[in-house]
Amino acid sequence: MLKQACAALLLLGASGTLQAESAFPSTYTPLISAPTLLRNATLLTGDGQRLEQTDLLLENGRIAWVGNGDVPPGTREIDASGRWITPGLIDVHSHLGVYPSPSVDAHQDGNEMSDPVTANIWAEHSIWPQDPGFGKALAGGVTALQILPGSANLFGGRGVTLKNVYSTSYQGMKFPGAPHGLKMACGENPKRVYGQRNKLPSTRMGNVAHYRTEWIAAQDYIDRWARYEAQLAAGDEEATAPLRDLKLETLAGVLQGEIIVHMHCYRADEMMTILALAEEFEYRIGTFHHAVEAYKIADELAQQQVCGALWADWWGFKMEAYDGIQENIALVDRPPGGCAIVHSDSPEGIQRLNQEAAKAMGKGRRAGMDIAPEHAIAWITSNAARSLGIEHMTGSLTPGKMADVVVWSDNPFSIYSKADLVFIDGALLYDRKDPARQPVSDFELGQLQEVQP
Amino acid sequence: MNGFKWIVATLLLCCQAAAAGNTLLIRNALVHTMTDAGTLPATDILIRDGRIAELGNHLRAPADSTELDAAGRPVTPALFAGITALGLNEIDMVWPSVDSAVTQVGSPPMRPEFNVVSAYNPHSSPIPITRIEGFGYSLLGAMAGGSIIGGQGRTVVLDGGYRSFVGEPVLFIALGESASTLAGGSRAAQWMVLEQAIAESESTPRHGDHTLLTREGRAALHAFQRSGTVVFSAHRASDILQVIAFAERHGLRAVIEGGAEAWMVADALAEAQVPVLLDPLQNLPDSFDMLGARLDNAARLHAAGVTVSFSGAGTHHARKQRQLAGVAAANGLGPEAALAALTRNPAEIFGFPGGRLERGAPADLVLWSGDPLELVESAEQVILGGRLQPMRSRQTELRDRYLPTATSLPRAYTH
Repeated sequence: MLKQACAALLLLGASGTLQAESAFPSTYTPLISAPTLLRNATLLTGDGQRLEQTDLLLENGRIAWVGNGDVPPGTREIDASGRWITPGLIDVHSHLGVYPSPSVDAHQDGNEMSDPVTANIWAEHSIWPQDPGFGKALAGGVTALQILPGSANLFGGRGVTLKNVYSTSYQGMKFPGAPHGLKMACGENPKRVYGQRNKLPSTRMGNVAHYRTEWIAAQDYIDRWARYEAQLAAGDEEATAPLRDLKLETLAGVLQGEIIVHMHCYRADEMMTILALAEEFEYRIGTFHHAVEAYKIADELAQQQVCGALWADWWGFKMEAYDGIQENIALVDRPPGGCAIVHSDSPEGIQRLNQEAAKAMGKGRRAGMDIAPEHAIAWITSNAARSLGIEHMTGSLTPGKMADVVVWSDNPFSIYSKADLVFIDGALLYDRKDPARQPVSDFELGQLQEVQP
Repeated sequence: MNGFKWIVATLLLCCQAAAAGNTLLIRNALVHTMTDAGTLPATDILIRDGRIAELGNHLRAPADSTELDAAGRPVTPALFAGITALGLNEIDMVWPSVDSAVTQVGSPPMRPEFNVVSAYNPHSSPIPITRIEGFGYSLLGAMAGGSIIGGQGRTVVLDGGYRSFVGEPVLFIALGESASTLAGGSRAAQWMVLEQAIAESESTPRHGDHTLLTREGRAALHAFQRSGTVVFSAHRASDILQVIAFAERHGLRAVIEGGAEAWMVADALAEAQVPVLLDPLQNLPDSFDMLGARLDNAARLHAAGVTVSFSGAGTHHARKQRQLAGVAAANGLGPEAALAALTRNPAEIFGFPGGRLERGAPADLVLWSGDPLELVESAEQVILGGRLQPMRSRQTELRDRYLPTATSLPRAYTH
């Protein structure tokens, strides 16, 4: 019986879910907070609505109501007249903690460049929770973020979604219930890194051959565990469990729909190849990242319900980024069902996701697309939550969801706008006017003592 | 080419010709003059022979002049794109297309005579991509390649000309942590070799001396010691003070590029009249040289009387300078000073005409859809040398190819 229970545990382990939940589990707990009533603001709800002069109650770490409702005793009231409120911003592509500031050699923990297939690695094990970048991102309104491994490898490893709350260990930041991501990469980076070593892959066709080989191995891994399960079910006392393989466990988690694929891919033709590859092995691509040519296949992405996590204006730094245009986000957003996301991939950009969205909104409008603020806010909130598989918990101002909320001084798409207040699970963790509510990482503490004003 | 585009193109061609030969009148603009005249509402700008002939109300234009109705929208001088490799680097990671740095060209190691101007290609695609976003000028940078002396560059007008260089030649020197591998690993060695190079430039080496410079290099470096403009990349406050002292010792006009900790020595910079080109988005301790990085660096420097401009968006993203300015404006600098840092200040620092809208100034200006610091707004029309610049680039062509939802022929036939 015990043996069977253990086996069942291991079997679950093969799917990846168990590891996400039981190995290195989240120890995050929301801070205790009093109910907070935000009065008379302009709300961009994240799910398409703009509500003027509206109240919002945060209670027990949740959004209690929008508009009207009971105000419990002991509620703190904040006058947000003239200010704007949005859901907490979410960045689906960050390397904070794994490439932290200062970016010294000893901190280069984001790319395990020793093999093109490192699906066994977990980005969370590289995270330095004292990265000053987390606090700066918080001041930019970011309440949740996915930390990904770099793109040197075809299968880079697991990404982890965090609450943007400082903690001594990354487990104390880990977003409870968020699925793992798998970072994969197309194109130039893997073939350059391994081609220089005369190793597969050195070409794009080598990239694809290698993906297929690994998916076949993952299918076989699932089969081995299924056979073992069948033997156990048939009462075979002699059945022995296959040896756990951390790489194949991650890949099996993708094939079984429990780990979301985040695919670094620039060129339209390569993204089409990857979609065909996913069809061959019957898995889903969650989000194409960077995807500077996504505008060329916007309809296909929308049809297949694949998101594009994009920059507003990056281009030209390498050959596969040569065709980047500033209308990329607006064009990916355009077809019905289109899922456009503004991502950062940068400790600077993550502080200004609202400004990046403003650029994309402006260029989309000039190209004749009517994009309202209440629509564009989804690019940095609800669409990002969907990409990470946490849309049922956060990403919009919906009663019952986590009270991850930003109060902006102004329209958040204005360059002059700043995050005044940032709430995570109802707790006020950033207040622009109150230094006591602004985090300072261990690294920053006590620096520059000698400077006299 | 479709019908609509043909009409636009024809219009642009005729307007360019008209504007070049005759006059262009912009009516009813909110004119940010960047002079003591301030910002003038509902003002007309008359442009003749590539220069601003007149600013005023209800100006009369000759019958054959081209008119542009600004409808109250803002006009600014064409913006400065910072220190870039525009026209030098097509794609950063495609090494053969990169001409902004010299690595080792035999010995001796330092080549101040390396001058990137001769590599400039006005047809490079990043130029129109940057220009149509409201940018008229960039300082071509010689990046540190093989030594802390990167070489020389010069300001270029982004009008597509082969020889559109303006202002003084500029020498680039990289210092601090990021340049540590280029001078023996110690920043003390950076000053050691710089002093040696200066000493060499002032004398003829004897046979057998271990030299850092060629004869041409000695002449080039010597030329800068008579008020030549030298851009020093440095972040740390103590390094910036060293720059000020070094520049005074050797008769250089120093400019600080980077300057994350410049605010900590703002008074010294103001007293020595050393301007700073900074990146207002830098607020992280990206290195141990930048522990003091903060968002109000530009505001503090400006308040102390330091001339401030911006650089740091790079070559392909040079258009991001507008965001740099906006963030500085929102963090204490204010919109007018932020605009000055994109226009008047760089013109003064690097000695090129432009950066102001006044009678006799070059007609290098931009009509904006709204507040030029707001990222939802765009440049509607760029004018350089009095010519309406085509608002087209490789990127707008790609946009127009993929904007239609369906095409009867493959999109390769949309052009």
